[in-house]
This record gives sequence, C-alpha cells and structure tokens, in this order.
Amino acid sequence: MSASPVYLDAATAAPLHPVARQALLAALDDGWADPGKLYTQARRARQLLDAAREATAQTLGVRADELSFTPSGTAAAHGAVLGGLAARHRVGSRLVHSAIEHSAVLHAAERHVAAGGTANAVPVDRLGRLDLTAWSDAVRAPGVALAALITASHEVGTVQPVAEAAAACADAGVPLYVDAAQSVGRVPLPAGWSVLSASAHKWGGPPGVGVLAVRKGTRWESPWPADEREGGRTPGAVNLPAVVAAAASLRAAAADAAAQESRLAPLVDRIRARVAVEVPDVEVVGDPVHRLPHLVTFSCLYVDGEALLHALDRRGFAVSSGSSCTSSTLRPSHVLEAMGVLSHGNVRVSLHRETTEADVERFLAELPGIVAGLRAEAGVVGL
Amino acid sequence: MPDEVLDCRGQRCPLPVIAAARRMPEVPVGTVVRVLADDPAAAVDIPAWCRMRGQEFVAAITGPDGPAYDIRRAH
Ligand SMILES: Cc1ncc(COP(=O)(O)O)c(C=O)c1O
Repeated sequence: MSASPVYLDAATAAPLHPVARQALLAALDDGWADPGKLYTQARRARQLLDAAREATAQTLGVRADELSFTPSGTAAAHGAVLGGLAARHRVGSRLVHSAIEHSAVLHAAERHVAAGGTANAVPVDRLGRLDLTAWSDAVRAPGVALAALITASHEVGTVQPVAEAAAACADAGVPLYVDAAQSVGRVPLPAGWSVLSASAHKWGGPPGVGVLAVRKGTRWESPWPADEREGGRTPGAVNLPAVVAAAASLRAAAADAAAQESRLAPLVDRIRARVAVEVPDVEVVGDPVHRLPHLVTFSCLYVDGEALLHALDRRGFAVSSGSSCTSSTLRPSHVLEAMGVLSHGNVRVSLHRETTEADVERFLAELPGIVAGLRAEAGVVGL
Repeated sequence: MPDEVLDCRGQRCPLPVIAAARRMPEVPVGTVVRVLADDPAAAVDIPAWCRMRGQEFVAAITGPDGPAYDIRRAH
C-alpha cells in the first residue's frame, strides 16, 4: 500500500510558495541580463533587483543599502562571521557563540580558529536556551571581536533570549550577529543586532538565495576577494530570478506569518502533547513555551534514527533527524549534545503553510505503531 | 572501580544504551556497571538514559580501553 506523501521538513526547505514560482517564471524571461550593465535589458534587470532589495529590506526592517543577496544562507553566515571578525581584528580575535549555532556558523568559527583566532561556545540549558550569565561573562572578556547567536534553534525550535543577549553585547561594545534563518518570514525579528543572515528556502523562496544585512555603523569587512556587487559584501553575479522569487515570497510569507503562526503553533503543541502520551519512552525536547511555531523535535528511546526515518518515509512522511546514524560524520547533533538530551531515535518535524490538520493527525495516528514495530524488530520492548 | 564491564566497543547507538538497559535490572542495587562505548553518541545517550530511567550516572572516563561510562543501579 502506498501512502500519500506528507512533507514535514520545512525547517530544511519549505515547499516553494506559489508567489515565488510565479515571480521566478516571470523573472526568468525578464531578469536574465546583468544588472550592472548600461543597456535596456540591464536596466530592466536592475529595476527587478532594486525592487527585490527594497521589498526584502522593508520586511526585515533595514535600509536597502544594508542588505545583500548571497548564494545561500550558509554563504551569508560565513560572511557574517568572518567579516565581523576581520573588521575588528585590532580589538581582538575572539568569537563568542552559542553552543547550538548552525554548522555554517561553527564551520566559519573553525576556520577562524585554524587561522589563529579563538572561539568560545556558550552553553545552553536542557531546554536549549542560552545561558545568559555565561554569555554576558563571555562577551565582557577582553578581546572579543564578535558574538553570534541563532534567533531560534533550527533543531529543537527553542527561541533564544536575543534582546537580553544583545543588551549584554551593547554593554560590552561587541557587535551581535544573529542567524535568523528559522525566524524570518515566520515570527517578528528581535531587536539589538548588528548583522543578520537568513535563507530563502526556509520561508518558501527558492534554494540558493541567502540574505546578509549589516547595519550602518557596524564594523564589518568582506572576508572574500574584492567584488563590487551587492555592496561589496558577497562576490559574484546574483541569481536574479531566484532573488526576485525570494523577495516576492518573503513579502507573502511575512504578510501571512501571524495567521500561519496561530494555525501551526497549536498543531505543534498537539504533536508535543500526543507524542509524549502515545509513544512510550519518548523525550520531547526544546522549550515547551518559548518556541518556534512550526518545529517540534523528539527522541525515541532504543530506536535507531536512520531506521525510523526510513520507516516514516515508507509511510509517506518526510522528516529530519539529529541522530548520529543519519549524519555523514556519524556524530550526534551538537545541539542535542549541548542540551544533554537523548540523541538516538531523534525526529524533527517542521510544518509549513501547506501542512493540514489532517496531515498532522495521520502522522500522530501512525507514529506509535511505527515506533512499536521498530522496537519489536530490535527486541527492546519492555526494557 | 566498577563491579563489572560491558564491552560495547564497535557498536553504534542505540546499541550500547540497549545493552546497559538489558544488564542493569540483572545486577544488585548499588552495582556499578562500566559501559565501554566508542560511538560518540554514547556520551550523550548513556547519561540521558540514566536520567530517563532514574539510574545514577557516575562518570564518563577515558581509560586505556577508550571512552567509558559508569552507571550505578539506583533502584
Ligand atoms: C539556522 C540556519 N542557518 C543557516 C542555514 C543555512 O542555509 P542554506 O541552506 O540556505 O545554506 C540553515 C539551513 O539549513 C539554518 O537552518
């Protein structure tokens, strides 16, 4: 029996918003020329790029000249970290970041450390929330060039105390970079940051578009070889049709965000409550209250994460996992590790504008049987 | 010193956790079982299992046999 597909991995990539599709197709016809040139086709491309930047800046609450389109959220995060550190190397070479940053930020930190800098990972509690005391101490230490904090965890959904963390940074005179990939287009942005990055395929735009915003007055210097495009912040020709689609879908997603939040957050609450009751020996992780409206994570004791993903896939459910067996490095998710929660049998479910209550109900109806089946197969029932 | 050793080297998670969960009810209360496990996930999952099951996680150590985790049967 083949099950109809239910896509529950929006935190990796949300399905393309219809507005993005429409804008993409139109811009493929209209936006292929180089916006930097001096002829009619280029002027049309320039208008499209300017309009996309204007619209995106407005949604993010920044000025158009503070905003650059990058080739991905990862590229934006790399630029944010390395550029923030480069501009303040005279102050010091220390990066402070939470222990639960996205791997893009951690990999940039590794590069910085390999080049002789230092990085200080600030712990989180069992719910995945930043330890604010440790954070304040860390940013106050001498020689801190930049602080990096994810707005909300992409793995467990816990919203971070960005305003408080930003206040500590302001007191210490340290610029704050926020990775807002899971928040933009879904929830209001926190205040107090100097640099921000996001990623279009998280909000219903196409893959391969990121945004990098650097507030006026922030010391930030491009870590890349020189290129004058995109305010000199990210090299190369932008994928203009994709950028146009990203901007159009961000506007649509932001306009619909409050409505989606009030529709999806109760579904997430329902998953949290029902999974905890109906699946034995399960740990539902992340902050139950201060959380993203679309993302929920749990771990099933004695279950192999990869086997669980495959079993769910066979029943039509697309989800993600932080278990080590599902990662190419065979290491458990550093986020689950930092929280000290069970890492095997881990499932992340993330909802989007096309997710229906019926999808969630079907998932909830089938999950206990799927987990029970895997446990029976492994001979771990009753342990 | 542990009272006994469970060698789970070479096993991927959740197998070391399952091995511990099988063994603990068989030993007397108060017994310390050392789980040798080189899968990095064990460092997270063995303490988490202890917390979920109300058993005592004594310590993580790195000895001549690689990473090891001591658990005391608490009840
Ligand atoms: C929090 C966070 N930051 C950065 C990224 C990277 O974005 P992209 O997939 O566009 O490279 C992601 C997506 O995986 C993310 O969830």
